[in-house]
Amino acid sequence: MATDRRALPHVSGVKMFRAFVLKEAKHVLRDRRSLFILLGLPVVMMLLFGFALSNEVKNSNFVVLDRAPDASTVGLADRIAESSYFTYSGRVDSEAEIASWFRRGDARLAVMFPPNFDHDLRHLGHAQIRLIADASDPNTASTVTNYATAIVAQYQTELGGSHVRPGAIAVETRMLYNPQLKSSYMFVPGVMTLILMLLGAMMTSVSIVREKERGTMEVLLVSPMNPLILILGKAVPYLVLCLIDVLIILALSYGLLDLPTGANLPLLLAESLLFIVATLSLGLVISNVVQQQQTAMFVSLVGLLMPSLVFSGFMFPIENMPLPLQVISHVVPTRWFYQIASNIMIKHLGFAAIVKPTLILAGMTLGLIAIAWRTFKQRLS
Amino acid sequence: MTEWVIEAENLTRRFGDFTAVNAINLQVAAGEIFGFLGANGAGKTTAMRIFCGLLEPTSGRATVAGFDAMTQAEQIKRQIGYMSQKFSLYGKLTVKQNIRFFAGIYGLSGQQVKHKTTEIVERLGLATAADKLVDDLPLGWKQRISFAVATVHQPKVVFLDEPTGGVDPIVRRQFWDMIFEAASRGMTVFVTTHYMDEAEYCDRVSIMVDGSVAAIGKPADLCAEHGVANVDELFVALARKATRHGD
Amino acid sequence: MRNLFYILQKEFLLIFRDKTILRMIFIMPVMQLLLIPLAADYEVKHIAIAILDQDHTSDSQRLIQKVAASNYFRIVATPVDYQAGTELMEQGRADVVLTIPPGFQRDLAKTGHSSLQLGADAVNGVRAGLGTAYALAMVRQFQTELRTQSPPALPSPLSPVIEVTTASWYNPHVYYPAFMVPGLLPILVTMVGAFLSSLNIVQEKEAGTIEQINVTPIRKHEFILGKLIPFWVLGMVSITIGMLVARVAFQLWPAGSFLTIYGFAALYLVGVLGIGLFVSTITESQQQATLISFFIMMVFILLGGLYTPIESMPRWAQQIAAFNPPAYFISVVRAVYIKGSSAADLLPTLARLAGFALFFNALAIWSYKKRSA
Repeated sequence: MATDRRALPHVSGVKMFRAFVLKEAKHVLRDRRSLFILLGLPVVMMLLFGFALSNEVKNSNFVVLDRAPDASTVGLADRIAESSYFTYSGRVDSEAEIASWFRRGDARLAVMFPPNFDHDLRHLGHAQIRLIADASDPNTASTVTNYATAIVAQYQTELGGSHVRPGAIAVETRMLYNPQLKSSYMFVPGVMTLILMLLGAMMTSVSIVREKERGTMEVLLVSPMNPLILILGKAVPYLVLCLIDVLIILALSYGLLDLPTGANLPLLLAESLLFIVATLSLGLVISNVVQQQQTAMFVSLVGLLMPSLVFSGFMFPIENMPLPLQVISHVVPTRWFYQIASNIMIKHLGFAAIVKPTLILAGMTLGLIAIAWRTFKQRLS
Repeated sequence: MTEWVIEAENLTRRFGDFTAVNAINLQVAAGEIFGFLGANGAGKTTAMRIFCGLLEPTSGRATVAGFDAMTQAEQIKRQIGYMSQKFSLYGKLTVKQNIRFFAGIYGLSGQQVKHKTTEIVERLGLATAADKLVDDLPLGWKQRISFAVATVHQPKVVFLDEPTGGVDPIVRRQFWDMIFEAASRGMTVFVTTHYMDEAEYCDRVSIMVDGSVAAIGKPADLCAEHGVANVDELFVALARKATRHGD
Repeated sequence: MRNLFYILQKEFLLIFRDKTILRMIFIMPVMQLLLIPLAADYEVKHIAIAILDQDHTSDSQRLIQKVAASNYFRIVATPVDYQAGTELMEQGRADVVLTIPPGFQRDLAKTGHSSLQLGADAVNGVRAGLGTAYALAMVRQFQTELRTQSPPALPSPLSPVIEVTTASWYNPHVYYPAFMVPGLLPILVTMVGAFLSSLNIVQEKEAGTIEQINVTPIRKHEFILGKLIPFWVLGMVSITIGMLVARVAFQLWPAGSFLTIYGFAALYLVGVLGIGLFVSTITESQQQATLISFFIMMVFILLGGLYTPIESMPRWAQQIAAFNPPAYFISVVRAVYIKGSSAADLLPTLARLAGFALFFNALAIWSYKKRSA
């Protein structure tokens, strides 16, 4: 029963496209487990970052080495223990014991009082304390030391009574954009960047490569269907998923995490769309170059997602990186999107402030589309 | 009474309220080549999986090589061979490595494993290909190697699930030569196939429709009974009455 | 157990033929260990400060010079008004703006006290916190200098001073990689143990070769062991490679004993292999396995103290963290590397890891039995 191809009705490109997109969408929807992760991941990350993770250093365990306890040493130790930054963990009798506590990970700080502390303070006018920090994590150590020093300073001021010391300079401090110093909100654009990169690039590339692996790709390519429809048809469902995830993230930020409102949301959505197109193009490039699903996943996760995250500025501050790495970060799309998204969402800035990064991102997107197109054509020929 | 190598007595398997296999009865004797036919969805695969010890019956009984399919599945597995069209061999291993693996798994001693490996390679004329990856071999060779691997331990029964798909008639003929050879040595061959001409090679066939055995017996006898010229027409006649459709 | 020998032979042959797995084992440690520690420098330094001097006196100049001389700050601008200063922060060019109000020097001389204003771009809380802390410390120093120079107009009663000296143990040179790298080694092991292993089993599921295995006399436990053992070996190989990279690239060698690290790694691997096995029983495709493994690992790692400290987490999160195997292994490797902790120090953690290994494997085996009935 051979069909005469010429006798087939001419199906318009648009109709074919719609049919293909619907078929792909059905596949995506049917894969419940993947869908669960793809929609649930942003939710979980927002919850974790919003409620569980914080750079604030609190409840640090400390020990006291006090060979001659007196009113002042006990008073000061109590003051430190009362603070929410510290948790009193025990007394030690020697520096060796301190080392042991540190090695077990049971304390971060040790407060050493010399003998005659109280006496020196009252009669000589000055005394010494020694703070020993476990500097394995240097930042935390320095923060913890600062907090302890501040507590000591306050205790010292109280000892001096109500006498205002001459030459005192009062400093009024204002924390802008984030008055409660919640280290939290920066993660919102960060989570957005991560999810869009994961969804856009990895899922699209895996989806296309899967067809390749199954051999159905060849079948589709020799059909009268325009190959462009094939590619776009694969990408569209993931584009929609990406947008849904953006909305989920926004809903959680404002609804659950009290992100201060005032951001230009339409602008954010437009920029997100731009970035999504960039990640989809990246996914296409990958799919043109690898043969197996496994490879696509490996390349996407280790080769793409990890460096993108590292260079985006979300996890680690770019300004602290060695110069060569800072230079590299300029060509990584996530860096620019992260900047754009945080400027809009956190600093509530308008388009004027993000013109430059937007142009750069747009340029990269066009470039990626071009590369994707060229590599695709190469494979066909 | 003949010792049946495969016996099913009111064998039934239900999945929820769907009855895949509905109280079938059949017996296969040693050394027979038995063709197990039926449309997709008729219950063939399910029945076969029960015989292979992969699935438990819901009710009724099945015995393979003297062992009960419900309680002695592990023993059955030692007595049977199995070959499916796609999955018998590891594509990324060489021919020799595949043979060695399966021979070892089926309990052959180190000596026997070596011996069998050389024997199979010679018998199939694969001397040049013995160290090539299976993925790189043509389909026909893969099938013959699969069969050899499935029978490496001289099982009493070998189950073949659509073994000859996708190859030309000459290769298929060669494959069937292997089956005849094995049967002549006393091995029972239980084969399902879509190719009705292959059904004619079998000693007896059964045709499953809607979970039941609609016909069972020698091909020639069945054709005469139903007044058709060949098994193909027989199949069509019976399958037409089917209410279930395959996927 | 003869079967196990043949199965292991087959598995190792297949693994060596699989380029992607090999690449993951070798390339991944190198990439992660080189890239992340180099990039992950959390030290707060070179804080961009803009100083708005509305006083223009010798005192204000001295304060500015003090800031300029400090290593912590670099002065990026001297804006002319508050608006300009805020814009600098908006543009991200300044982290902190210090405003010296008019009358600063005059007030100090006349009344003995004065005030300053400090505005910080608190988008990065840590940076803002430490930045303002440094600034305050600097102001205090300035205050002390002023006082010693010009004795106060009014006599003041003796007010006590507590002098604080600080010491940092274990990382006196503040070498960030020393902290980051040991934290990354467990990640490598986790990826191999959980992700690669689940992917491998699911690949067999997808290809249908598991059914072939099912008809053979291979017992279920032989099949499971045949999958777990090769990846256990690969996990140990990957941590070895990781430690070598740490040595070559960062001159990092554990202060404690290798045996401790390997011992914990061995136990930890058994646990994550259980996770990998479990994931493989609940997924049908490679894509699902990847996504679910990624998800589980991300949650474990974030809650594991690699990125943010566990003590900073709220009660409920800390309680969850108690059931987080990577968290324990990360703390163990860090402790052994940096502080030279021994197995004796870490005994409670050893017990916990053993508990996890039992739990996850039991879970996996139960799930496996249920699904392949």
